[in-house]
Amino acid sequence: MQSVIRIILQRLALGLLTLFVVSIVIFVAVNSLPGDFAQALLGQGATPEAVAAIRTSLGLDQPMVTRYLGWLAGALHGDLGSSFAQANFTTFTGTTSGAKTVAQQIAPRFANTMFLAGVTAAIAVPIAVTLGLLAALYRNSVFDRAVNILTLSSISSPEFFVAYILILFLAVLNPILPSLSNIYEGMAFSDRLDKTLLPALTLTLVVTAHMMRMTRAAIINLLASPYIEMARLKGVSPLRVIVRHALPNALAPIINVVALNLAYLITGVVVVEVVFVYPGIGQLFVDSVKIRDIPVVQACCLIFASAYILLNLTADILSILSNPRLRHPK
Amino acid sequence: MTALVEIKGLMIEGRSDETWSPIIKGVNLTLNKGEVLGLIGESGAGKSTLGLAAMGFCRDGVRISGGSVMFDGIDLLNASAAVKRSLLGKRIAYVAQSAAASFNPAHKIIDQHTEAPVQHGVMSRADSIKDGIELYRRLRLPNPDEIGFRYPHQVSGGQLQRAMTAMAMSCRPDLIIFDEPTTALDVTTQIEVLAAIRDIVAQFDTAAIYITHDLAVVAQMADRIKVLLKGDEVEEADTRTMLSAPKQDYTKSLWAVRSFERPTKPAVPAGAVPVVSVRGVTAAYGKAVVLHDVSFDIHAGRTVAVVGESGSGKSTTARCITGLLPPKSGTIAFDGVTLPADYRKRTKDQLRQAQMIYQMADTALNPRLRIGDIIGRPVQFYSGLTGAKRRERVDELLDQIELDPRQYFNRLPSELSGGQKQRIGIARALAAEPKFIICDEVTSALDQLVAEGILRLLARLQDTLNLSYMFITHDLATVKAIADEVVVMKDGHVVEQGPKAEMFSPPHHPYTDLLLSSVPEMDPDWLTNLLSERGLDNIGDAAVDKM
Repeated sequence: MQSVIRIILQRLALGLLTLFVVSIVIFVAVNSLPGDFAQALLGQGATPEAVAAIRTSLGLDQPMVTRYLGWLAGALHGDLGSSFAQANFTTFTGTTSGAKTVAQQIAPRFANTMFLAGVTAAIAVPIAVTLGLLAALYRNSVFDRAVNILTLSSISSPEFFVAYILILFLAVLNPILPSLSNIYEGMAFSDRLDKTLLPALTLTLVVTAHMMRMTRAAIINLLASPYIEMARLKGVSPLRVIVRHALPNALAPIINVVALNLAYLITGVVVVEVVFVYPGIGQLFVDSVKIRDIPVVQACCLIFASAYILLNLTADILSILSNPRLRHPK
Repeated sequence: MTALVEIKGLMIEGRSDETWSPIIKGVNLTLNKGEVLGLIGESGAGKSTLGLAAMGFCRDGVRISGGSVMFDGIDLLNASAAVKRSLLGKRIAYVAQSAAASFNPAHKIIDQHTEAPVQHGVMSRADSIKDGIELYRRLRLPNPDEIGFRYPHQVSGGQLQRAMTAMAMSCRPDLIIFDEPTTALDVTTQIEVLAAIRDIVAQFDTAAIYITHDLAVVAQMADRIKVLLKGDEVEEADTRTMLSAPKQDYTKSLWAVRSFERPTKPAVPAGAVPVVSVRGVTAAYGKAVVLHDVSFDIHAGRTVAVVGESGSGKSTTARCITGLLPPKSGTIAFDGVTLPADYRKRTKDQLRQAQMIYQMADTALNPRLRIGDIIGRPVQFYSGLTGAKRRERVDELLDQIELDPRQYFNRLPSELSGGQKQRIGIARALAAEPKFIICDEVTSALDQLVAEGILRLLARLQDTLNLSYMFITHDLATVKAIADEVVVMKDGHVVEQGPKAEMFSPPHHPYTDLLLSSVPEMDPDWLTNLLSERGLDNIGDAAVDKM
């Protein structure tokens, strides 16, 4: 058990290091975007003095290293800074006091994104793993081929296309679900779920193929192993061979692909959010990039990076734990 | 009495590249209740395929194309999958070659043991656990009450093999197929497993088909022996008749393999500088010290056999000599000159002098390169020959290993047999024109006839090129055949060393004695006599631990 704890601590330290490196990359990348907030806010006709004033008030005139260290120090304390867009510029020399902080702005959006990802995962992961197991059990049968064709077609179609098809069938022709996901704070859980279901279904169709095919491949990969042959020679039923003998040994690759897809659900769903007007973090991110609202962009990137690192870390740790050799050393 | 298993005119085909070719060509087999039939032959003879077919089972890419398999009046070839499943595990059980690979790594041993009885409704889980512990006790496993609750990787190979025999016994089947159950084990471990299997089969009056390529092993286990060659039956007779009076030439040739032995060479002149001198080498992987103060010399034109069980440090010694694992202390000298410990610091010429041949020729040859390139690359690297000259040298090397250059130059490794691949491995080592070659278990993956061919080739090359060999092996028959001197290793220590004649005649170090006496002999009473000599409680682990 001690070796497992050591491995986990190592991975954790590596994750933190990665996050630090990523924070530098984010900062440099975001700050090298062409144009700046002051210019974007004031438009073409702005006087250089006005632009400079805003830049000074936002600290944009400081050297990059100073700004980075300030940002990092703030982020470490949980302070992601204040949104430029929400700042009060009634007087160009005014302060930014009273402005909405980035954290306040992101928090509800992030919660919405997590809700959508959670609902999608709750639907997609069980379906994908079950379909993968069944496809492995009935490999090369009509069922296997049908499942493969269906999931591959859905992953190959653009997300907005899948979304509009679902809207057409489930909201327009058969008005079962709402086509707009206008959720707000204080909504009842059931209402929220109802409004989230259509985007969640769209995303389910997008992510299922990857997980299902990995499950199938990981299981089939093991079917030639001697211990699977042994199980069959003990007269164990085919389903039990797959579920009890193959699945526990195929967990590591399955966990990893699930984690990858969950990360995608948190960071890559802008298109679906736009189609369903879902107030998630993806839309906020895109809007902020448009107006060069640097603190928000940086915070979003940092959240995305953390999500990736955290999920991969979790997958790593679960894969390690799924290996009995590490759980029970000699 | 009706036979338990009756196989008639069985034909089995295997698929390769979309065509089906025969593996078993019309074999008949009869097995009575409580009888043990030994099935022997080289690899590719179809032994395992036949054994599995006796269970009504075919691996992927294999199909039964004719004949019949009757088990206790049930036609296994026409039975439904459900009927076959109800027999498998319950009335017919299987013990595989590698227990380490055949136990599911994700579950405890006892959970795998109870699976068949519970699934077939023979026993409750609690009863099956109790029964399993009793079986472990009968099979003389250490800590029988506790061992089943470990995971497979926590138990040694020999113990796992016995646990698998217990698992096969869990439903008290009428028939067990043993598929080379001791091939992967050390000789000292093999004895315990053989004894355990033989006793338990006799106790429960279970019929068995015992598949092996080792004649001496089958002589201990079987009532009758059937010899297979390339899917055909050669002959069948009861064990004693078969051993004393084999009828067919092929069987006789199998029996004769163990007769190859090199003449004793004159003693090395005093004061001669050894080609390789290992002095006080201690080596470790991380903190685990695996070699303790190992010293021995290898003289020009001589073969030193390094013997010992797996884990005794034989291959680690080879890694130290080649510089792959720099030792913690001690030196390696070549022709009297001490070599840098790390191979990266050795000169090209120092590297050229020592070459290696590996156990698994399969994995040691690049599958994408043609034979001409596999041998041509070291030729070019070490001697700088290119073009026609390189080709000439490769042809010469192929001639030396007795493969026709015109036929083999452009082949891929996958188009060669196991013995031929090993020959290519030898040619590749020779390409560097070395003085010294390390042979790491080079014959242990080969059939006896093929192995003998390799040994004869190595002996001839030694005589013509004055090569020195370090021959790593756990097989004492090989040692007898080819060694001039023997180094016996155990747990990273050299326990005894000396000329072969001395090593094979008493008095021995007790460990050498254990190794020597554990090598199965063709006498069918050998195991019985040995066990009574050692005393039943004194076998295997116990005997080793006392040293």
